[in-house]
Amino acid sequence: MALKVGLTSLKFENGVNIKSVSSVAGTKEGEGPLKEYIDILVNDNLYGQKTWEKAETEFVKKAVETAAQKAALSLNNIDYILAGDLQNQSAASCFGVKDFKRPFFGLFGACSTFGEGLSLGAVLIDSGCGKNVMCEASSHFSAAEAQFRFPPELGNQRPQTSTWTVTGAGAAVLSDEGSEPKITGITTGKIVDLGITDANNMGAAMAPAAADVLLNHFKDFSAAPESYDRIFTGDLGSVGSKLLIELLREKGYDIQKQHRDCGMLIYDSDKQDTHAGGSGCACSAITFSMIYKRLLTGEYNKILFMPTGALMNPSSVAQGESILGICHIVMIERQV
Amino acid sequence: MDYVKAFIVGGGICVIGQILIDKTKLTSARILVLFVVLGCLLGGLGWYDKLIDFAGAGASVPLPGFGNTLAKGVMAEVDARGFAGALTGGLKSAAGGITAAIVFAFLAAVIFSPKEK
Amino acid sequence: MAKREIVKSDKDYDKLVKEASPNSPIVKNCIKAFIGGGIICCIGQFLMNVLSSYGLVTEERNMAVSVILIGIASLLTGLGWYSKIGRFAGAGSVVPITGFSNSVTAPAIEFKKEGFVMGLGAKIFTVAGPVILYGTLTSIFVGIVYYFVR
Repeated sequence: MALKVGLTSLKFENGVNIKSVSSVAGTKEGEGPLKEYIDILVNDNLYGQKTWEKAETEFVKKAVETAAQKAALSLNNIDYILAGDLQNQSAASCFGVKDFKRPFFGLFGACSTFGEGLSLGAVLIDSGCGKNVMCEASSHFSAAEAQFRFPPELGNQRPQTSTWTVTGAGAAVLSDEGSEPKITGITTGKIVDLGITDANNMGAAMAPAAADVLLNHFKDFSAAPESYDRIFTGDLGSVGSKLLIELLREKGYDIQKQHRDCGMLIYDSDKQDTHAGGSGCACSAITFSMIYKRLLTGEYNKILFMPTGALMNPSSVAQGESILGICHIVMIERQV
Repeated sequence: MDYVKAFIVGGGICVIGQILIDKTKLTSARILVLFVVLGCLLGGLGWYDKLIDFAGAGASVPLPGFGNTLAKGVMAEVDARGFAGALTGGLKSAAGGITAAIVFAFLAAVIFSPKEK
Repeated sequence: MAKREIVKSDKDYDKLVKEASPNSPIVKNCIKAFIGGGIICCIGQFLMNVLSSYGLVTEERNMAVSVILIGIASLLTGLGWYSKIGRFAGAGSVVPITGFSNSVTAPAIEFKKEGFVMGLGAKIFTVAGPVILYGTLTSIFVGIVYYFVR
């Protein structure tokens, strides 16, 4: 059974097995440094559909199917699907999973959704409420642009602090048995607001939340940066990463050696003109394929996976509200 | 020579826009508004026409030129119709440009499907 | 408890953010905007010269130049090229009349999928609407002032 640790963390004594991980990604991601880790690379971001939104639905379907396949499970063996995305009311996830006819919890944690899913999925499995739980998250560059900013056809320049929404989806099957890498603990983040209102600088809005939850994690588990081979944040990008390191340095922790950011790993920012890096739910969800592979091969033994999210909607930004940050930590170990 | 003038003045007006975008975080939509309003005011004062006389397309193609068209139209209409011209002159002079934008945009939307950046 | 929290005033954090955020390469951007805008204006000048040689007078000629440029920009937007030009030229392709055309065509194409009336129809002016609104208001202001001072 899960053990409450400290103030904001849970520890799973037996660990929750990550049975399989899948990823499906679009063209720009396929040209990036992580291409070899991605299961399905799509060479048309419309994915044979008429609209970006419908394309994202296809990404969701494909990621879920692939994860089930890799776990050698039929979808009927999945007890719950936990999924979310960036479209209004998480439409991509809802349409994507509807045909699977499995019990479904729709999640919204902006780009932290995959971390939220893995956290809740682990709790479900650990409490004995399910044998296999599917966690999934997706995003689509053009769908996100049309919803949050301007139509993609508009010829405007993006600021240096802006990030590029990743097109694709990532999924993982959590299970109560198996000998794959295990989720051994989670630290759940609080909403942190340090008054950032610039929607083109999401990294700055999320960095305090990442720093906050990491600080709490270190206290709860009496851990230090050195306790981990790697600490992966979701999509802070180059600006947010700098801020996270600085905020934690002020608190006496130096994570520079362990820290990597999925948003900076998924693209080659110089060659791909993505400015501060990648973002979106799919950013951490797709990069997770690489992290998982390296856990399997033993390159990492113990890591923190901490997707970050910027909570807002176009109205709240237009009305001058600040952009809220959230971040959830998932602790993963190769052997328990 | 008229090409050189058009290039320098037109490019120069765009550089002002670029500085505003980079320094003030104004979105391109706001830049468009600002430039049309500015062009209209300068046109009202009769200054913008001097720039057009000098630079030709270099001054008439950028959006302040559109604003200038509005101003010139409204003044001509006031001359012709009196006070009521203040209401009708602006849009009347811009009708060609706006209608062209609507028609071509509609046609493009019918023909083309959305493209990625 | 304080040890567990990131305590920072918005002002202090804003300072930190400013330090961490890279500035736009403004000189490079301005050069690109200058070149992009200059070229578009030269195309306009070329059209002007050609149309003049056909005997069109100032007003009609300028209108015809605008219409042709607007048409070209719509076509390039539809082909997906204008956004690529925009990424290079920045304000250089926003400020000319072609940028106005792009700002009308882009939402028209994108929102067609939400229907011809409430999608394309209602959202076609999401970007350009404010331009027409404030342009018209300013012209009325200019007209009224002109009426009294002419």
